[in-house]
Amino acid sequence: MANLLTSSIGKKITMSLAGLFLAVFLLVHLGINMLLIVSDTYTFNVAANFMASNKLIKVVEIVLFLGIFLHIIYGIWLQIQNWMSRPVGYAKSNNSQTSFFSKYMIHTAVVILIFLVIHLVDFFFKSKFMKDSMPPEVAPGIEDMATIVIAKFKQLPFVIIYLVCFLLLGFHLFHAFQSAFQTFGFSHKKYTPCIKTVGVIYALIIIFGYSLIALVIYLSPNY
Amino acid sequence: MDFTLKIWRQENAKAKGRFETYKISNISSDCSFLEMLDQLNETLVDKIEIPICFDHDCREGICGMCSLYINGRPHGPDDDITTCQLHMRKFKDGDTITIEPWRAKAFPVIKDLMVDRNALDKIIQAGGYVSISTGGVPDANSIPVSKKNSDLAMDAAQCIGCGACVATCKNASAMLFVAAKVSHLALLPQGKVEAKERVLRMVRKMDELGFGNCTNTGACEAECPKSITLTNIARLNREFIFAGILSEDKY
Ligand code: HEM
Ligand code: SF4
Ligand code: FES
Repeated sequence: MANLLTSSIGKKITMSLAGLFLAVFLLVHLGINMLLIVSDTYTFNVAANFMASNKLIKVVEIVLFLGIFLHIIYGIWLQIQNWMSRPVGYAKSNNSQTSFFSKYMIHTAVVILIFLVIHLVDFFFKSKFMKDSMPPEVAPGIEDMATIVIAKFKQLPFVIIYLVCFLLLGFHLFHAFQSAFQTFGFSHKKYTPCIKTVGVIYALIIIFGYSLIALVIYLSPNY
Repeated sequence: MDFTLKIWRQENAKAKGRFETYKISNISSDCSFLEMLDQLNETLVDKIEIPICFDHDCREGICGMCSLYINGRPHGPDDDITTCQLHMRKFKDGDTITIEPWRAKAFPVIKDLMVDRNALDKIIQAGGYVSISTGGVPDANSIPVSKKNSDLAMDAAQCIGCGACVATCKNASAMLFVAAKVSHLALLPQGKVEAKERVLRMVRKMDELGFGNCTNTGACEAECPKSITLTNIARLNREFIFAGILSEDKY
C-alpha cells in the first residue's frame, strides 16, 4: 500500500476519488437548492435543516471536508511539482493537439477555491451558527436559510460572480469527470466514450442547474 | 526553398543559452530536416564557426535519437514521424523556423539542441526488462498468447524512447513512455512473471527523476512518432494500482 499512496499515481488516485465524491455532493446540493424554485421556501428550509442536523449527514460532511482538503492539497502539490519539472520553458508556445480544458485545471481550480471560501462564509457558517429561526408558529427551531439565500440572489454583483464561478466549475468538470476514470486505469472501447458523454452532460447540468436557480430568484418578483 | 532559422545555442549544461538567427537558401523540398541542418553546419564550418550540435543516429525513424522541438511541436509539424523523417516540403518557402531542445528538468541540455535523455534509460534499468532466462526460440504456439494481446504488446513495443512525450507534456511527464514499456511486457507471458515489481520500481524511479505528474491532457499521444495511445497509460495505472495494493514489499 505504501508504494501506492506515496507515488505520483497514488496521489492522483486519491485526488480522483475525492473529486468524484465532490461531484456527487454537487448533485445533492443542486437537488436541495432546486427546491427553492420548484417548491417553496418552507420545504427548502426543512431540507437544509435536515442536512445541517442529521447525524448520518454529519459523518458524510466530515468525509466531504476531508475530501475537499485532500483534493486541494494534492491538486496544488502536484501542480507545483509539474511546474518545477520544466524549469526552462519553450520560447515557442506548444502547438500539440490536446484536450482544451485540461490545460486550465489549476486556473479553474483557483476560482473554485476562492468561491468555496466565499460560499462557506456566506452560507455554511451562517447555517451552523445562525440564531434567526423561522417564526415559531410556522416551524419551531428551523433556521430560515431561504431568506438569507434569496437576499443574496437579489444582488446583481453576487449573481454575476456566482454565474461566472459555476461556468468555470463546469470547465473544471468537463475534463475532470472522464480524467478520474483514466486515472483509475479504466479504459474501454465501449464504456469510455459513454463516460466522456456522461461527464459532459454532468458538467452541463451543474452549470445550468445552479445558474438557473440564481437567475430565477434574481429575475422573479415572487421572491 | 529559403528559410530563416532561430536556433537555440548553448555551449554546455552550465552556460546560459540564447537564440541565434541563421539564413539558409537553396534547400530542396525533398531534403530531410536533419539534412537541412547538415547543410547549415557545413556553411558554419566553412566560416570557421562552431557547428550546431544535435542528436541523430539511424535517420530512418527507428533509433529514437533525433529530437528537436520545431515551431512548438516535438518532431515538427507532421504526425507520427520522427525529426529525421520530416521533410522540408512540410514548410512554406520563406518560413521562419524556431528550433529548441527538449525542455524538462529530467533532460538537461548537453550542448545546443542535444539533451541528456539518460533518465529514460534509468527508468528501464529500474525494471523494464525480463530477468529470467527465456531459453532458445520456442516452438510456435508452445506458449499461448492471444492475438489481441500480441498486437497490443507489439504496438506498445514500438516506443523508441525518443522523449517527445515528455517534451510536449505541459507537466514534462514520462507516463506515456513508462506506460509503453510496462504494457509491452505485462501483456506477454514472459513479462507477467515480474510485472508487479516492475511497475512499482519503474514508477518509483520515474517519480524520483523529477518528471511531472500526468494530468491526462493527451499531448503525448498526439506527438508520439510511434502512435502509442493513452490506453497504455490506463493500463499502467491499472497495473500499478493492483501491484500497489497486493505487493508486500516496499520499492
Ligand atoms: C467541488 C469542486 C470540485 C470538484 C467536483 C472537482 C473534481 C475534480 C476531479 C474529478 C478531477 C479529476 C482528477 C483526476 O483525474 O485525477 C479534478 C482535477 C483537478 N482538481 Fe478538482 N474538483 C473541485 C475543486 C477543486 C479545487 C478547489 C481545487 C484546488 C484549488 C482543484 C484542483 C484540481 C486540479 C489542479 C486538478 C487537476 C488534476 C488533473 O488535471 O488531473 N479542484 N477535480
Ligand atoms: S512513448 Fe512515443 S513519444 Fe514517448 S518516448 Fe516512446 S516513442 Fe517517444
Ligand atoms: S535519427 Fe533515429 S529515429 Fe531519427
